[in-house]
Amino acid sequence: MLGKLSWQALNNGPIVLGGDISMLLAGVAVVAALTYTKRWKWLWKEWLTSLDPKKIGVMYVAVAIVMLLRGLVDAGMMRAQQAVSVGSSHGFLTADHFQQVFSAHGTIMIFFVAMGLMFGLINLVMPLQIGARDVAFPFMNSVSFWLFASGMLLINLSLVVGQFSAAGWLAYPPLSEIAYSPGVGVDYWIWALQIAGVGSLLSGINFIVTILRMRAPGMNLMKMPLFTWSVLCSMVLVIFAFPILTATLAMLSLDRTLGMHFFTAGGGGNAMMYVNLIWAWGHPEVYILVLPAVGVYSEVVSTFSRKRLFGYASMVWALIAITFLSYVVWLHHFFTMGAGGDVNAFFGIMTMVIAIPTGVKIFNWLFTMYRGRIKFATPMLWFMGFVVTFTIGGMAGVMMAVPAIDFQVHNSLFLVAHFHTMIIGGVVFGFFAGLTYWFPKIFGFTLNERLGRYAFWCWFIGFLLAFVPLYILGLMGATRRMDHYDASLGWQGLFIVAAIGVAVIFLGVGFQLLQLAVSIKRRHENRDLTGDPWNGRTLEWSIGSPPPFYNFAVTPQVHERDAFWAMKQAKASIPQTEYEDIHLPKNTAMGIFIAASAFAAGFAIIWHIWWLAALGLIGIVTLIIVRSTAEHPEYTISAEKVAQMEAEKA
Amino acid sequence: MNKAVVSHHEAAHGSVKTYATGFAFSIILTLAAYLLVVKNVFNGWGLIFALAALAVTQLLVQLVFFLHVGRESKPRWNLTVMAFAAMVVVILVFGSLWIMKNLQYNHAKIPSTEQIIKDEGY
Amino acid sequence: MSEVLAPPEVQHLNQRQEADAKTVFGFWVYLMTDCVLFASLFAAFAVLRGNTFGGPAGNELFSLPFVLIETLALLTSSFTAGLGLLAARRRDRNQVFLWFGITMLLGFFFLSLEISEFHKLYVEGNSWRRSGFLSAFFTLVGTHGAHITAGLIWMAVMMARVARQGLGSVTIKRLTMLSLFWHFLDIIWIFIFTIVYLMGAGI
Repeated sequence: MLGKLSWQALNNGPIVLGGDISMLLAGVAVVAALTYTKRWKWLWKEWLTSLDPKKIGVMYVAVAIVMLLRGLVDAGMMRAQQAVSVGSSHGFLTADHFQQVFSAHGTIMIFFVAMGLMFGLINLVMPLQIGARDVAFPFMNSVSFWLFASGMLLINLSLVVGQFSAAGWLAYPPLSEIAYSPGVGVDYWIWALQIAGVGSLLSGINFIVTILRMRAPGMNLMKMPLFTWSVLCSMVLVIFAFPILTATLAMLSLDRTLGMHFFTAGGGGNAMMYVNLIWAWGHPEVYILVLPAVGVYSEVVSTFSRKRLFGYASMVWALIAITFLSYVVWLHHFFTMGAGGDVNAFFGIMTMVIAIPTGVKIFNWLFTMYRGRIKFATPMLWFMGFVVTFTIGGMAGVMMAVPAIDFQVHNSLFLVAHFHTMIIGGVVFGFFAGLTYWFPKIFGFTLNERLGRYAFWCWFIGFLLAFVPLYILGLMGATRRMDHYDASLGWQGLFIVAAIGVAVIFLGVGFQLLQLAVSIKRRHENRDLTGDPWNGRTLEWSIGSPPPFYNFAVTPQVHERDAFWAMKQAKASIPQTEYEDIHLPKNTAMGIFIAASAFAAGFAIIWHIWWLAALGLIGIVTLIIVRSTAEHPEYTISAEKVAQMEAEKA
Repeated sequence: MNKAVVSHHEAAHGSVKTYATGFAFSIILTLAAYLLVVKNVFNGWGLIFALAALAVTQLLVQLVFFLHVGRESKPRWNLTVMAFAAMVVVILVFGSLWIMKNLQYNHAKIPSTEQIIKDEGY
Repeated sequence: MSEVLAPPEVQHLNQRQEADAKTVFGFWVYLMTDCVLFASLFAAFAVLRGNTFGGPAGNELFSLPFVLIETLALLTSSFTAGLGLLAARRRDRNQVFLWFGITMLLGFFFLSLEISEFHKLYVEGNSWRRSGFLSAFFTLVGTHGAHITAGLIWMAVMMARVARQGLGSVTIKRLTMLSLFWHFLDIIWIFIFTIVYLMGAGI
């Protein structure tokens, strides 16, 4: 009746139990706060059922930040373990637990933190940048968010009921097959990603159609802000890469659940094919994450250098080139799997080629800064940190693009240091720059600059302390994912430095949370009254902070790049054309219900509760059909009302 | 007011004639492929190429006559997205076949001296 | 983009046409992603085509005449779906029911043939557990079958909608997307027919 589920599933060791209790206490605190302030209805109406991308964006970011904290705790545990687990000491984590920790850390950071921050920023900013009121498919946008949340819930549930995967963030077979991972861990991993992955795919479709068909009149493609360009390219990667992930996860799941032989160690399976397919998704995935981040940098650099971005056209071509090239480098993740020299050479060369457009971008940013009047506000600091770290990591990457070198450092800490440099220096710093840059626009007040600076320096110094030792250790031969090593190797000192680095990063996060708290407390003194606190160049700065829920009362006419800057230079105010009726989608809880069905189905398949799985699937289909019968799920604001609201604001 | 890309609906929708033409061609191509195999006309790589050519031809027939691809007014985003998808499909399928076949390179039987010289040049 | 704003009724019509075109384009993008999904399954099949683990290969398992009938049925249904869409655009309700009705019958026929083929393999011990080759076969062909099933459910829902609400613009938009979906599934089948069955049997 309940498949493999039993009370046994709640048996957890002390550390995991500690995690469970923290989650429970946090949940209780949130419920208590909402009840005490009588805000349940407000939460439901204003946030959870909203189809406004600004609200959905904030929810994505909120979930991503919560998962960032969990991922950092995992990181802290790993660093602590590796700092003490030497020689006769075996640290405080068992080998199996350590394996679950690094598997969870990677999975959470990539799928729920990085993807969450990215989709959050895109929802918040992109429609504003193109002068639109919404995305192309607002209901589908809500479904995407709730599927993402479902995946997040599943992965957190694994901490309480059952266990998580111990097969790494990519779960290679044969280890991830049922024979070698008989528990539910890998299944939790599969279904959390499968559900969140569908959400990502739908978002990809949504944002592409939005950018291609909903730009303000006059904004042809070569007049779009670069952040929007980077989103377009990233979403093209999403739509053509995520189906590969869906198919591959499905095949692994079929092996585990229905006894198939795609990747099994016998029966005619081919485990290497999994590695091939998963990286055919995995390589585009990292570019999916980094492109919007570098899009942020383009906005930040030109705004804080008070100068037009240098080489707009070459920046666009670099983005397009990276998009194409992303599809022909994936084998560099498995040079050592046994392909011959010609295959390895081809992919090695293509990998080196893809570094070229990236370099073009960095030079263009530096040329933008040259002779600019630079203001080192917090977003700009994050960019400077990126330049230093990403260059180091990029050089390591180009080294590893040479198969002969890669044979020495594959799966060593050198590799780990490289990809963390790319993701932290490139993606995370970029999204932090974006969040601090656009925060005043979304919330209507500025963030405390001083705390922002402290946060940046802690992250930057902490990052160097945490990862430079890993580069060295990797070159000294240290393998990744070790829960223990020999004292005679002399590595402990470097591991201790790395652990200190993570502690400094924690301090940085502490400053970020403090910054948020202080800024919220002082928000009345720090209101953004003009809507344009940074003297920005693009359309989002032309409306109030926070924007009215309909974004633009009158759709702007665009004539050149940096549309808002042009308007300011011409001292043109938005021409007072006639106001029109505005149609916006009504709130709906359908997205929540569909995602809840998906969650139930996923949980049921994991635990082999077949009747519940069938119910969940039928639920999804039924809900979609019900939604399709909803006529006119929109409401209208009359032109007079719009005029009235605009007048009140002025 | 959104960009007024008013697609020319009528031109891009076809008629009974277009669908019937596409249907007729598709039947011919299907039967041709079937007969090639059943009558054992040729095998090996010749057969593979012939069947592939017939399949691709039928794909193009159905794209044009059933899906009216290429008949929309500018900007032709449908075509662009499809071209990109085709590129990814080709890279994924043929790239995977190349890689997976090549993985046997180091697992093959010990090659003859001629083979080693051919592969590695000395 | 003219300077003079069009009168409200014309504005509304253009906006609705634009909104419909946007939705159909979005659905087209989704179909392109489905191409990549099937490409992944084709890649897996191609790699595992020889991995029969001592069991039977394609040429021992597949009946080509049987598959030809399936293929012609699905192809014909793609044609009738096209005729159904033309009827919808003409606002001809009866013809819409006729042609989509035939499409559904042919679709069900296709599906029943496929299920009987799967059933036969299963009872003879050649299920998806038998070998990597068979796992890939059942998954690729089965995924296509699942899409066909979804299409048939969608068609049933659409016919109910037409019966209750007639042929308004939203309904025609959705029938357009359904037809795109159905044509797309026949295109995928061309490749399954060729690569899985013909090449499997012929080489």
